[in-house]
Amino acid sequence: MFKITSDEIELGDVIRAVEARDAGAIVHFLGVVRNNTEGREVSYLEYEAYPQMAEKKMAEIAQEIHDKWGLDRVAMIHRVGRLEIGEVSVAVAVASPHRKEAFEACHYAMNRLKQIVPIWKREVWTDGEEEWVKPDPVFFQSKT
Amino acid sequence: MKVKVKYFAVLHEELDRDEEDMDLPEGTTVRTILDRLEAEWPEIAEYYDVMQMSVNWEYATPDSELSEGDEVALIPPVTGG
Repeated sequence: MFKITSDEIELGDVIRAVEARDAGAIVHFLGVVRNNTEGREVSYLEYEAYPQMAEKKMAEIAQEIHDKWGLDRVAMIHRVGRLEIGEVSVAVAVASPHRKEAFEACHYAMNRLKQIVPIWKREVWTDGEEEWVKPDPVFFQSKT
Repeated sequence: MKVKVKYFAVLHEELDRDEEDMDLPEGTTVRTILDRLEAEWPEIAEYYDVMQMSVNWEYATPDSELSEGDEVALIPPVTGG
């Protein structure tokens, strides 16, 4: 399951999408809207996506995980629109026979999502100002 | 030929539209689109170092050749998560 949605994200959605009888481990990650950015108080976030391409890139990340770890059960959902503090912006789940690969692949999936999936975040601060977020320099180098 | 061009995030805001159809000569490249936009809004050049582009949902370059019906997008640095 690779999805851009404007609906609230339920953790169960990604878990159910990857669970399998031969899966001894399911690792999941939830990205949650934090109340500050480097100390500056955030009021809420706005996310925009290029949905068709975003879902295609998510599927490519799953293919990379297949190539690296041989795992086929990966799910990613990212929400768009206005998100309040504490709401879930992204959910990723990976199922695997054993936990080591599932932890690694879940971490990998989130890193790749931040590099290649066309989604943008706008911060609106409590002082009324707002700005499109600049990318983390760690991810900035890798264009593909 | 007709090509659809989509703009996202900061570019969507600066250009004040999220997509448009462009009529382009056959065999043209993504660079032609950038040139047209630059004529309208020269500051777009400031984004060239960090901006990416896509053709039909795949990352592309200014030299990527276009065909009738293609969907091009200008993609500012992505910040999902």
